[in-house]
Amino acid sequence: MAHTVGEPDGPSLIEAKGLSAGYEGRPIWEDASFSFGRGEFVGILGPNGAGKTTLFRVLLGLQRPMAGTVRIFGEAPHRGNPRIGYVPQRHTIDTDTNVECLELVRLGLSGTRWWFNPLSHADAEAAQSALEAAGAEYLAHRRLGALSGGELQRVFLAEALVSNPDVLLLDEPLSNLDIKRETELLHLVNNVVRTRRVTALLIAHNINPLLPHMNEVVYVANGRMATGTPSQVLTSDSLTRLYGVQVEVLKDPHGNVAIIGVEEHHGDIP
Amino acid sequence: MIFCPSAFSPNLFLDVQNIWCWSFMQQAIEAGTLTAVVAGVVGYFVVLRRSAFTAHAFSEIGFAGAAWAVLNNVQPIVGLLLGSNLGGVAIALLGPRAKNRDTQIGIVLAFSLGLGLLFLSLYSGYASQTYAILFGEITGVSPGQVIETLEASAAILVGMGLIYRPLLFSSLDEDVAEAKGMPMLPLGIAFMVLVAVTVSFAVQVTGVLLIFSLMVTPAATALYLAKKPSRAIVASIIIALAATWIGLFLAFYTPYPVSFYITGEVFAFYLFVRFVYARVGWERAPQGTLLRRPRDLSG
Repeated sequence: MAHTVGEPDGPSLIEAKGLSAGYEGRPIWEDASFSFGRGEFVGILGPNGAGKTTLFRVLLGLQRPMAGTVRIFGEAPHRGNPRIGYVPQRHTIDTDTNVECLELVRLGLSGTRWWFNPLSHADAEAAQSALEAAGAEYLAHRRLGALSGGELQRVFLAEALVSNPDVLLLDEPLSNLDIKRETELLHLVNNVVRTRRVTALLIAHNINPLLPHMNEVVYVANGRMATGTPSQVLTSDSLTRLYGVQVEVLKDPHGNVAIIGVEEHHGDIP
Repeated sequence: MIFCPSAFSPNLFLDVQNIWCWSFMQQAIEAGTLTAVVAGVVGYFVVLRRSAFTAHAFSEIGFAGAAWAVLNNVQPIVGLLLGSNLGGVAIALLGPRAKNRDTQIGIVLAFSLGLGLLFLSLYSGYASQTYAILFGEITGVSPGQVIETLEASAAILVGMGLIYRPLLFSSLDEDVAEAKGMPMLPLGIAFMVLVAVTVSFAVQVTGVLLIFSLMVTPAATALYLAKKPSRAIVASIIIALAATWIGLFLAFYTPYPVSFYITGEVFAFYLFVRFVYARVGWERAPQGTLLRRPRDLSG
């Protein structure tokens, strides 16, 4: 996909000021401000029900903000933006879905076209390249229902990448993955961010696997959003202010982070 | 008038020729062929979207419509189209959550049957109309009905072609399709209308109660045979066609009804594919050719 000539390469691929969003007139978070540039890897963290997915819905144009402004590629979010690749949060695909993976990846590109269109050469190449970028070329002819959690996430990633987006929104791609698959998937996403200059926003529950890759973090909790670099956000002061209760951020010699005082809320049913 | 023999002989070619000699069988074959093709195509999406129960529900609503039509001396197909489309659109308006509304759909389904029964009891005429609507009367299809079925089939196939990719996308990955700006509700309504029209015409062949034998079973079987949608649709059409043709052939030479043969054939073939073919470890090779491969170890 051709990028608009003269588009600023610096910050503000995604920009929000004083943004609030919620459901049925009740805000779930308020007064969020952030700015992400091209080729950034943004981790979005916070307890269940804090509104992480709501942020994605706003960026996708599926939900209108309640207050504030948000700009993506310099314009208001609108549904069906072809420059956004999206992997929704989901846990499984029915095991009797006997359709091959390549077909789903192709649909990421051709699924929005009306009228029957057979597989064109360009489509096939795009699907193949997306599968390779997601490390899933060997899954092309496997059936969707037979995939493991990690394989499924790669196929979803390929489906999102096939239209060559500038922004990737990944909603909890790491859930249901063991540590090894988690690391593999994050490396793949990081690789996409670096080689394709894509801005990736990734919702996760556990912060440590993200630390080697992300350059921005959004912490959503308590109706507020703290954003910045990991070293700015992941401090006792910053998170204490966010949560309104005493929070300690501890670091071990390997750079791993433990957040004491809120971590036990992770995994709660909202 | 030409004499048309109807006795079975060991020469199958001659047997088929004999069938074709009868004009009522010609019309049955023509209507059955059209219905099988359309039901095969539409059925694939019905199965993929897990709308089998939903489709059944509005064929029952179609039954109420047909019974109403019979009572008012209107052609049953008009009532069928009205009832099933009304039901289909109503269910589509429930949106993606329709799948989880088994109870509500079941309630409406039961009431529709009751309503149909009332209309038919009020009607004092020829009772076999009821029988035809419920179980199908393919051998009673008139040349005019064949033309109607041809027109409807062409319209359905064009409609399916138009929405083919977006429908496939929304059936496999609803959330992403919606985020990509696909009009999910209009798409759902369009599909339900196409299913309703298919059901209304297929009823001539199989009847309201046996509609699944052409709409669901061939497609469900095809899903085990091919994992490329285009191939699965072709397989689904072939199964529906074969079942209809063989059913007509058998019914011509035996005293049993066509609908029984069609339902029996597709059911037997489904069982074979599901429990024999799919179990012996036959996996599809990348190009779709059949190759025996060991079970996948990388899963």
